[in-house]
Amino acid sequence: MNEVLLEVDGLTVEYLSQTGSVKACADVSFTLHRGQILGVAGESGSGKSTLITALTRLQRPPAVTSAGRLVYHSSDGDKVDLLTLSERQLRAYRWSELAIVLQSAMDCLNPVMRLGDQFEDVLRYHDPQLTQRQAWERAEELVAMVGIGSDRLRSYPHELSGGMRQRSLIALALACDPDLIVMDEPTTAVDVVMQRQILAQLLQLQDRLGFAVVFVTHDLSLLLELADQIAIMYGGRIVELGSAREIYTAPKHPYTRGLRDSFPPLHGELTTMRGIPGSPPDLRTPPSGCAFHPRCADRLDACDQQIPLLRPVGRNDVACLLYEETP
Amino acid sequence: MLNGFLRNSKVRIGLGVFAAFLLLALLGPWFVSAVMHTTPRTIDYDALGQPPSAKHLLGTTLPGSDVLAQVIVGARGSVFVGITSAVLATVIAALVGVPSGFLGGRLDHGLTAFTNLFLTLPSFALTLIIAGYVQGAAWWVIALIIAAFEWPGGARTLRSQTMSLRGRDFTVAMRMLGESKTRLVFAEVMPHMTGIVSAMFLRACVAGVFAEAALSFLGIGTTGSVSWGTIISEAQGQSAILNGLWWWFVPPGLCIALLGTATALVNFGIDEISNPRLSAANRKLMKRFRRAARTAEPEVAR
Amino acid sequence: MTFWAALTFNFLIPRFMPGDPAATMLRRIQQLTGQAPTPDQIRSVRLFFGGARENLPAQYLHYLNDLVHFRFGLSLSEYPTPVSDLIAQALPWTLLLVGTTTIIAWIVGTALGAYMGWKPGSRFDAIFAPTTTFLHAIPTFWLSLVALWAFAFQLGWFPVSGAYDPDVPYQINNLWFLLSILKYGALPALTLIFIGFNGWLFTMRNVMVTTVSEDYVLLAKAKGLPTWRVLFKYAARNALLPNVTGLALAIGGILGGVLLTEVVFTYPGLGHRLYRATVDHDFPVMQTIFLLITLTVLIANLIADSIYVLLDPRTRDEA
Repeated sequence: MNEVLLEVDGLTVEYLSQTGSVKACADVSFTLHRGQILGVAGESGSGKSTLITALTRLQRPPAVTSAGRLVYHSSDGDKVDLLTLSERQLRAYRWSELAIVLQSAMDCLNPVMRLGDQFEDVLRYHDPQLTQRQAWERAEELVAMVGIGSDRLRSYPHELSGGMRQRSLIALALACDPDLIVMDEPTTAVDVVMQRQILAQLLQLQDRLGFAVVFVTHDLSLLLELADQIAIMYGGRIVELGSAREIYTAPKHPYTRGLRDSFPPLHGELTTMRGIPGSPPDLRTPPSGCAFHPRCADRLDACDQQIPLLRPVGRNDVACLLYEETP
Repeated sequence: MLNGFLRNSKVRIGLGVFAAFLLLALLGPWFVSAVMHTTPRTIDYDALGQPPSAKHLLGTTLPGSDVLAQVIVGARGSVFVGITSAVLATVIAALVGVPSGFLGGRLDHGLTAFTNLFLTLPSFALTLIIAGYVQGAAWWVIALIIAAFEWPGGARTLRSQTMSLRGRDFTVAMRMLGESKTRLVFAEVMPHMTGIVSAMFLRACVAGVFAEAALSFLGIGTTGSVSWGTIISEAQGQSAILNGLWWWFVPPGLCIALLGTATALVNFGIDEISNPRLSAANRKLMKRFRRAARTAEPEVAR
Repeated sequence: MTFWAALTFNFLIPRFMPGDPAATMLRRIQQLTGQAPTPDQIRSVRLFFGGARENLPAQYLHYLNDLVHFRFGLSLSEYPTPVSDLIAQALPWTLLLVGTTTIIAWIVGTALGAYMGWKPGSRFDAIFAPTTTFLHAIPTFWLSLVALWAFAFQLGWFPVSGAYDPDVPYQINNLWFLLSILKYGALPALTLIFIGFNGWLFTMRNVMVTTVSEDYVLLAKAKGLPTWRVLFKYAARNALLPNVTGLALAIGGILGGVLLTEVVFTYPGLGHRLYRATVDHDFPVMQTIFLLITLTVLIANLIADSIYVLLDPRTRDEA
């Protein structure tokens, strides 16, 4: 369980533009262990979706990964920096080691291919020995895991309901038995009941198959239930990283506190809910120093000059000057 | 908004070329008589079917007329027919498309069916037939015939645009305030469509020039006046090919192609503005970044 | 529906034209044959071109009845050959030329466009995009002239006119005859393809650029599928759809270009026939060719529509 799966070190993603570049992810570092669920939470524009595409090297121009390492530890003990691989070398890792579930299930399935064919092509590409028949049987198993009838494999995506599409995407991600699945808000497009159902299934499958998950969402309360570790992102940086329990019971960063207080508590009585005043920063003109300082109630004088680094504070890692003096 | 258009280099070049041709059409005949001291029909008996020379920059035709003078004067014949047909086609398109999209209902059904009908008819063949019946008509009749079969595409675009504008908040708000429909259309809907209408107009212009050239080439275009099409037609009729007088039929065709390219450029520019993904700018940025990364690499000691 | 409209147009146009085309025609028949037209001839001419004593609706019914029985009247310029005979000779050539060039141009344009749209801004794209813009703007008949002058007259690579070698027996099962068709058809066909593929290329490129950034293409890439598979099965397969619809809409324009090209190359198809008819004021031939072209366009539309339904499962349910 404590085996390291993925080390992310100083990952920086920039969006290039005529007038200069925008850092959507800056110096992001974390370590993911096998079978662990890491939740990444943040407001829109915090760089969390960019992080997902960067982890899978799927970012589209004008986004580029300009710095950092992405060290993947294979089950046979090999370590490889995914960022240095060629597209061709990377293909061997894609899906069989590293799968992805994207935000909008509606747009993720090829509208002109039957659902089953979209399983078949990935299954047979990664295991050329598989016959068409075997591939379809495997696809049936996979969709059954998420509660979809095998007859649905003959359907085209537009014939499926939103929830079904979302679940079939999860089934698709499991196709090649990956060690890591990254998920970008996989449940935003479905209603709350369906959301619960999908997450329960996901946890169950994760328990059974033991893959690790990086789960990105704006919904912190969801992560508190789901994740082992939670990273809070703000303005393209991780501002706090810790276990779900710690983030919930003892958040350190003012932003984490604000974020936690803006959701109703999971258990216990309802206390006052507070929002965070102000709006997320415009990354084209980021605030100097700590990106959160214009909205921060506990700001110090140095906050607009110095970018705080992520360092251990108690059981969490926090990037905030409040804790710099007394580590 | 206009500034945004003009900042796109494709739009700028396209409009520039277009304006140049317009100028040529307006001032060409004057230029030929006042500066070149000739007319497209003046015959130089010393130079029958001569290749380009200092005296005749684009050579002469077999009967001894100056090709350059013909091409310049022909610009007027071609461009005028193009513009007239484009104006007419745009007006018809607006008259059919806008009410159809704005009022909806049974009127919309009728007008849409009417438009679709014209859209599927092979317009060129139909133009040809009618022009064939009225052989030797004045240039504006030709323009009218061309326009009669050129409007449906535009009407369809305008209809869908009007429909989307009708649903926007500001028009809904104006309607609530009890503005009359006519006023709404002219004051609120039309101004929002200037971009589309002008693109449409340009495209119709070139289509008109093309159609006129094709008709003239077949010898059923305008009679008497000179246009790019008639020049090519005369060249073909008088065996310019057989005699190898390429300078006779190449320039007018190139002019048509140039005008067509200009319009296409404007349209691509507009497409790029409305859909930034089409632009090649992103790639350029990526390339610049990669080059920078390569040169910076030695400094990043491993 | 459209065909009916075309029929009606065909019926109405001569009746609303200035002058009396029917009278002109009858005079010409008299000149050509040297004798007064028979009452039967007068009836058939009046039926097509107006001026009969019957009222319009009755004329119209008569006209439709004649068409249903493939009675198109007699040609004037080659009196008294029936129009249907002339057309029957010309039609196969046009269909051959239109069919092959459209299909080849569509395939070439779509394939190149898919490649360009896959990597917009690549060197290939940067060179090809402006070139095709220019090529697309060239009038077909003019390029035909230039090609004829350059390749047939100057270089002598191709024959200058006709559709087959007149010295070879006109037999469809003769290999030499077939080869001569290929030889004579090559230059017009190449010209048409050269102009024709650009339009397809552009639509395909632009749609492809948008499709490539769809999520399902991203996911296909994430699946680790090889590039060509992502390009064909995911991106191009979807980007193709507008180009199929485009085929239906463009076929009328394509025919226009082919007609003119035939004139330049004296290729014995409908275009050439139509040109001769227009010059000779041979109205029955003109009218019939127009009907035929409309019919061709409609059939092409139907084919394109059914291909679309085959390619896009989303339309199948609605149908």
